[in-house]
Amino acid sequence: MSEKQEWPLFEVFIRARSGLEHKHVGSIHAVDARMAIEHARDVYTRRQEGISIWVVRSSEMVASDPEEADALFEPARDKVYRHPTFYAIPDEVKNL
Amino acid sequence: MYTQGLDSLGKDCLHQEGIDSAQLEARFQGKVDADDKIEPKDWMPDAYRHTLIRQISQHAHSEIVGMLPEGNWITRAPTLKRKAVLIAKVQDEGGHGMYLYSAAETLGISRDQMFEQLLSGAAKYSSIFNYPTPTWADVGAIGWLVDGAAIMNQIPICRCSYGPYARAMVRICKEESFHQRQGFEIMMTLARGTEAQRRMAQDAISRWWWPSLMMFGPSDAQSKHTAQSMRWKIKRFTNDELRQKFVDITVPQADFLELKVPDPDLRWDAQAQHYHFGPIDWNEFNAVLKGNGPCNRERLQARQTAWDDGRWVREAALAYAEKQRLRDKTRAA
Repeated sequence: MSEKQEWPLFEVFIRARSGLEHKHVGSIHAVDARMAIEHARDVYTRRQEGISIWVVRSSEMVASDPEEADALFEPARDKVYRHPTFYAIPDEVKNL
Repeated sequence: MYTQGLDSLGKDCLHQEGIDSAQLEARFQGKVDADDKIEPKDWMPDAYRHTLIRQISQHAHSEIVGMLPEGNWITRAPTLKRKAVLIAKVQDEGGHGMYLYSAAETLGISRDQMFEQLLSGAAKYSSIFNYPTPTWADVGAIGWLVDGAAIMNQIPICRCSYGPYARAMVRICKEESFHQRQGFEIMMTLARGTEAQRRMAQDAISRWWWPSLMMFGPSDAQSKHTAQSMRWKIKRFTNDELRQKFVDITVPQADFLELKVPDPDLRWDAQAQHYHFGPIDWNEFNAVLKGNGPCNRERLQARQTAWDDGRWVREAALAYAEKQRLRDKTRAA
């Protein structure tokens, strides 16, 4: 076994309550996914912060590049007509 | 938080054509000035990265070494309730170390590198943890004064410009409040107890007061990092501002306990609306920082022993995971 081998890194996602989505809370080192869940339990849910944990190897995560954020998200910027407030409706019209 | 795997993508950003480093730096400072957060893959000046690695890793080391003086009392806590509380608190400190190591790792340093820096003495940890805890009242004084000073330091860091550090601090500050209150409650119980218990409480505040004030670091005139760190919004207040704030809120708490703050120069300055306090013995601070405090060698030795004794566990766990992986692969084939 090589002297320098570190335990792999996992990203941790926690569902706080039933009905809510899992949310990224941080990362954890572990040898495998099962240990990652056990360690995430100890590190991230000491005060009932969750009822469900997801872990995924950090090396498997794919993310957009912040330098390309403009190119990626700019197309949505000028499409205000996608929001309901774009449309002027007289006050007397109800339930719309 | 946010992965070593992603770092390899981030490096490409450094080589964008047509953008020189002055422009990148101006854009970076603009973001910081606008109270925008810097995230792991964003471009940042090397000095910002290194300052953060130094500060976050030393903060993490402080949490980990900080488990030792209090851990000393777990087996001897006076009641089952106090024991359960102390275990929970020490476990929190371990957790805080983990949040912070993760945050530092997003800047491109590995966990093992940080451990090596701690063990070799290249990285420091808070000088306060080099003081001994000879009595139970020390556990109370640490929670009340040391964690109190830590909270004072840490609350502004919740708004730090570096996202992962700020988020770790939000989590930590939420949990620290319990530490401070349980410490004050221990002091209150002792202060209202027998004469011997009162003396024990007084002895603890007498020993921990000055080291707690030193936790805020050198005075502003001597602090070499303050100005740049404030420009980068890693720091929001100077060491002296935070120290004064701590004295102002803590002295009335000592008065409530009817314990004496060990400072003959301490007095309320009605005009300034602050407590005036006496000079800090910076020679002591520097001596402890250089490794000559009462427990420096003992603390580092304890970390070294834990690291060495844990080696076979780290290796065996990895070997077991690898064996399972191969077995699963064979079964699937």
